[in-house]
Amino acid sequence: MTEQLTGAQSLIRSLEFAGVDSVFGIPGGAVLPAYDPLMDSTQVRHILVRHEQAAGHAAEGYAQATGRVGVCMATSGPGATNLVTPIADAYMDSVPIVAITGQVPSTSIGTDAFQEADIRGITMPITKHSFLVTDPAQIPRAVAEAFHIASTGRPGPVLVDVSKDALQALTTFEWPANIDLPGYRPVTKPHAKSVREAARMMMEAQRPVLYVGGGVIKAGAHRELLELAQLTGIPVVTTLMARGAFPDSHPQHLGMPGMHGSVAAVASLQKSDLLIALGSRFDDRVTGKINSFAPYAQIIHADVDPAEIGKMRHADVPIVGDAREVIADLVVAVKAEHEAGRHGDVGGWWKQLEEWLETYPLGYAPAPEGELSPEFAIERLGVIAGPEAIYAAGVGQHQMWASQFIKYEHPRTWLNSGGAGTMGYAIPAAMGAKVGRPDAAVWAIDGDGCFQMTNQELATCTVNDIPIKVALINNGTLGMVRQWQTLFYNERYSETDLGSKNIPDFMKLADAYGCEGIRVTSADQVDAAIEKAMSINDQSVVVEFVVHQDAMVWPMVPAGTSNDDILAARDAAPIWDRED
Amino acid sequence: MSRHTLSVLVENTPGVLARVSSLFSRRGFNIDSLAVGPTESAEVSRMTIVVNVEDLPLEQVTKQLNKLVNVIKIVELDPAMAVERELMLVKVHADIETRSHILETVQLFRAKVVDVTSDAVTIEATGSVDKLEALLRVLEPFGVKELVQSGMVAIGRGARSISDRSPRTVDPT
Repeated sequence: MTEQLTGAQSLIRSLEFAGVDSVFGIPGGAVLPAYDPLMDSTQVRHILVRHEQAAGHAAEGYAQATGRVGVCMATSGPGATNLVTPIADAYMDSVPIVAITGQVPSTSIGTDAFQEADIRGITMPITKHSFLVTDPAQIPRAVAEAFHIASTGRPGPVLVDVSKDALQALTTFEWPANIDLPGYRPVTKPHAKSVREAARMMMEAQRPVLYVGGGVIKAGAHRELLELAQLTGIPVVTTLMARGAFPDSHPQHLGMPGMHGSVAAVASLQKSDLLIALGSRFDDRVTGKINSFAPYAQIIHADVDPAEIGKMRHADVPIVGDAREVIADLVVAVKAEHEAGRHGDVGGWWKQLEEWLETYPLGYAPAPEGELSPEFAIERLGVIAGPEAIYAAGVGQHQMWASQFIKYEHPRTWLNSGGAGTMGYAIPAAMGAKVGRPDAAVWAIDGDGCFQMTNQELATCTVNDIPIKVALINNGTLGMVRQWQTLFYNERYSETDLGSKNIPDFMKLADAYGCEGIRVTSADQVDAAIEKAMSINDQSVVVEFVVHQDAMVWPMVPAGTSNDDILAARDAAPIWDRED
Repeated sequence: MSRHTLSVLVENTPGVLARVSSLFSRRGFNIDSLAVGPTESAEVSRMTIVVNVEDLPLEQVTKQLNKLVNVIKIVELDPAMAVERELMLVKVHADIETRSHILETVQLFRAKVVDVTSDAVTIEATGSVDKLEALLRVLEPFGVKELVQSGMVAIGRGARSISDRSPRTVDPT
């Protein structure tokens, strides 16, 4: 006879069958039945967070750092709606997470019952797919399909909402032997003809650029990318989501394109005659005004999501496929071109690129006398913590500086909220990353604005022995907003001041959470503080860098303008062609 | 802008209509009409969606629809190669004097009277959107009291069935 068990036991066993080792969540009424068998699971470690939003971001951090599906769990109603922000975040950045939520009993659905919210309806536009399970027999299949959908094709968040009566009822457990979704068959193998055409164009182009997006990291295609780049000599730009997909130390790397990209990276796209877009989506923060983006370039666009191809810009050669398979095939096709005697010549192009790299290197203005520069603190962090560490950033100036001044050598070492721009991402994401990669040093680089949105999770870190390190870039203001007020609102600083009264005292806060607190107020203290933080591995550390307010992120393409209008620094537009 | 008719095969599961309609609104596309009903297969429902968009947004909406896990197949029907029908029920003011004129109109359009009272008739008509519009124009002077329309359903001409065609007839690239 088949063994009888509750829906709740079936759910936990399903998570075990799906290979889950960590779940971030908070129990509550409707999901309570699931928490009882969870207590007995030897495989699944539940980490009790302090706010459901953090459970979602922690699942994202776990997924981004490991490549495995992250899992978060919450109860119905407000528990579930608190997951909306991280679910939206995961959707924008294609992060594979599964969110399990309890739902009111199926007999109460639709009655405005206590803690009822139609979370499946609410999250429909921000999930890759979702399930509402009211029949306990359907739990294993829903969980199996959720993990399959979240992790294959273009990854993304999947919601599994389970009614309380389904969790309580007796059922049998059968893990589905195969998954058959007639409407879900992602294409991963690229068309050979398109790949050959792409390789031919790469040999003919005078000014080609490999425009690399986050899809390359998700597909684990960094080795193939390195081979393709070295084989062709074509320069590489890595978007905000792709930092670490190609080593920053590599001479073919021009840096990050976009609103705060390097002049060389932005200029290379604008002057290019062929963009090879790999797992990138022509986001507005990369293209600037879309009509004037890369005006001379033909486009090869490879993406696992066919809907991305042609969405923002017509693709001359569309390639639907997994980035790793596409790039591996491109390598073979380029070798065939070489054997047929067709070698591209990018020598002239490199002369131009090197001039831009040399003339417009990334840099920053020194801090006023006696004050600390945020860029310097972040740059030193990158040098001392090194490329083996994992860095998770919040959103704003510190995020951009962390993307510019830390040198990434490996994929999955740079985590941030790119598409959604979710302030408060860093601390919970770092916590999730540390759970997934316990041997790595994990740094959250946060601003004082972001930090005050989710710092309660330092309690979770301390209680659960998840020692993270926080570089708190405290400029006492919502820095990026302030920067825009400086540039576009006549220095009228409406509602951006956070810290003029020095509230809260972040050192006392660190202490209250059981963390080591280190305050840094001058440049000469920076290295010692980071080194000390690196030496502490049995508790979380908050290093507060008290920095000046007027530092700005440069270069900058002002929103809604053309990439051609990039400013290398304030009032300093680059000169494109010396001959002009 | 031009009118396009999409036949969409979807899994017959709860919430699928909400997924499709919310996708249209989220991506900023307007639906002219949407009709949904069962098919020859119990697991599959069929939607006929009429949209008024340029070709490029149509390609985008089709690709986005294809990404919905419950959407099995999408075929754009060429009006020249398909039969398109809509059902209309219209209640028209009718007294002793006007009733015979109205009945004449009903005959001309091969419509049917499905209910009669002393001061109104209710007419059932099926046909293309153009035919129904023409009928309505003729009926309007009599006084339309109530009007309800089904939204268009459409089927391809010829022996082949939509489920014979290879999935994802709309080119994924």
